[in-house]
Amino acid sequence: MAEKNESKFGWSRIEGGLTKAYAIGVMVFLIAPLLIIVPLSFNAEPYFTFTSKMLSLDPSGFSLRWYSDIVDNPQWLEAIGNSLVIAIASTFLATVLGTLAAIGLARSNMPFRDFFMALLISPLVVPIVIAAAGMYFFYSSIGLAQTHLGIIMAHTALGVPFVVITMTATLSSFDRNLIRAAGSLGADPITAFFRVTLPLVAPGMISGALFAFAASFDEVVTVLFLGGPEQRTIPRQMWSGIREQISPTILAVATLLIIFSSLLLLAVEMLRRWHTPPGAPIKR
Amino acid sequence: MGTAIATQESLAEQFKRSGKRARRGTFLLVLPLLAFLTLTFLLPIGNMLSRSIGDPTVAEVLPRTAAALRAWNGKGRPPFSAYSALADDLVRAEREGRIGKVATRMNFERAGMRSLIMKTARVASTFEPPYAQAFNAVDLQWSDPEVWGTLRHASATNTMGYYVSALDQTRTADGKWVPKPEEDQVYIMLFERTLWVAGLVTLLCFVLGYPLAYYIARQDDRTRNLLLILVLLPFWTSLLVRTTAWIALLQTNGIVNDGIALFGGDGARLELVHNMTGTLIAMTHILLPFMILPTYSVMLSVPPALTRAAISLGATPWTAFWRVYFPMTLPGAAAGGLLVFILALGYYITPALVGGRTGQLISNMIQFHMQTSLNWGLAAALGGILLAGVVVLYVIYARVIGLNRLRLG
Repeated sequence: MAEKNESKFGWSRIEGGLTKAYAIGVMVFLIAPLLIIVPLSFNAEPYFTFTSKMLSLDPSGFSLRWYSDIVDNPQWLEAIGNSLVIAIASTFLATVLGTLAAIGLARSNMPFRDFFMALLISPLVVPIVIAAAGMYFFYSSIGLAQTHLGIIMAHTALGVPFVVITMTATLSSFDRNLIRAAGSLGADPITAFFRVTLPLVAPGMISGALFAFAASFDEVVTVLFLGGPEQRTIPRQMWSGIREQISPTILAVATLLIIFSSLLLLAVEMLRRWHTPPGAPIKR
Repeated sequence: MGTAIATQESLAEQFKRSGKRARRGTFLLVLPLLAFLTLTFLLPIGNMLSRSIGDPTVAEVLPRTAAALRAWNGKGRPPFSAYSALADDLVRAEREGRIGKVATRMNFERAGMRSLIMKTARVASTFEPPYAQAFNAVDLQWSDPEVWGTLRHASATNTMGYYVSALDQTRTADGKWVPKPEEDQVYIMLFERTLWVAGLVTLLCFVLGYPLAYYIARQDDRTRNLLLILVLLPFWTSLLVRTTAWIALLQTNGIVNDGIALFGGDGARLELVHNMTGTLIAMTHILLPFMILPTYSVMLSVPPALTRAAISLGATPWTAFWRVYFPMTLPGAAAGGLLVFILALGYYITPALVGGRTGQLISNMIQFHMQTSLNWGLAAALGGILLAGVVVLYVIYARVIGLNRLRLG
């Protein structure tokens, strides 16, 4: 709304300047806490603040000791392994189940579409403590508490909404005539799915999978309720680290996780561009 | 003629049948996920909530007492049959080692019941008629109809008892709900606090997020993408990482306090974390992207020509913004705000880690009753009330805003 012909009143310039200053302030609020963690994790002292040596950029003020703490600690290594196994398995399940469901939901002849959609997305909004408590009783009664499988199932349920949301959005811009064309050229539905539909919706599917992965990788409450000592994950380790003895090792882990999530985010952003190249024929 | 109609009909029929078959095929695609979620998510929650209205423990362990008390209306003295039934049940429960379970369960209903039941059960095998005197000889509390009333409520398999407690009420022996003494009221206050925090966080997210979305929406493509990625970065970062960051920043020896001291604070360290302030700051930070993203995407769809037109018709820029632009972008802010509010109502991790004593929300109390006090019925009742609120808001979101507005970045 910055109007050139209004600028003689000075209003638009002042308004623009104020908005910009405010926007930068909010940006700092959003980003600064994450950025400050990174240098703090190289602190040579066990403090959560910058020492005078760090501020004067004295090399002896910095160290990698908190990073070597992670590598030397079998608990952290086991947690990393558990997190990866659980996240990969639940992402796979959530992606397969969620993609199938989204294909159904995207069809116009789906009965009670809105109702089922709301049901399948509900794990996103149901308070996590209620879900975890329910799972605790139920999974205990069928012997799945304190097992990897129990947590994988819980995380699949919690990751499914991300796949469903991303995939229904992707499929809403998918031209069904392409499948009809494939059929008229002699492809059976399964071939048409793998050769036509899948390559076109793959970017949306991968973004959904990455969301589900990130959700599982960050989930702690169901692990607290369902998991035993064998199911310690990275967030579970961080949780007890924050509650019991908060040490800068947590900051080193946090820094690694920030780098990891930045990579996930960049992957999703690149997929978004791949999905909608300028003038793409599938976009209507 | 007749045959023509017959073929037409069968064609229509065939068409209908194939439509039905296609619908069934579509439903089959959704079915695996539906079955999976029902089994792993919906049923467990339903099963848990069912604990809020019925706890079979007492009726199972003390079946005869339950039957005898069912015949009693709760007024005056309990029937003599109840005394003998309880004596029988206690002896058997003591023998089978199930007395501790029922004593603990009864203690949730009324303080002191645990020791009363345990000590009575220990000597119950020596009881002889008249049983009423025998009970009173062990402890005079057995002459109090309130004690029997509590037992009667707890032995009913359908009970509203947990909801009574969850709403800070208590029940008299004849079943009337009365508010608990003020110093024992906890849950209503926690529900109010949760609503209040969710509302305040939503407001803060709007105040911070709307102008930022407005700013981003007015940039050129390159800047816009860069800024959006910066907004999405915290969104993608682990919740525990963000909470850790706030603890590191806000603690008494943290960076914020150091900064204040450096720029001439009076030496006093601010208490910014492990209290309500910490909960509010961290929750706002974590939920802010949920407000920015939908607001921003609606702003992109507002043609800039509209405000220009308003200005050319004589509106001041402020009027043009307030009367034209703002109403058009309000649906985005409403979508974001409602989502933030819904998510904030169920927040658990952040209040647990940075909330201290004053910044705890209702979810933290549910967890306490689940894992520490083991009063599962009460946890289920509190969860039931919270979930009912969330479901109502979720239905409003789905109907008014539409689930297809739910975008992730």
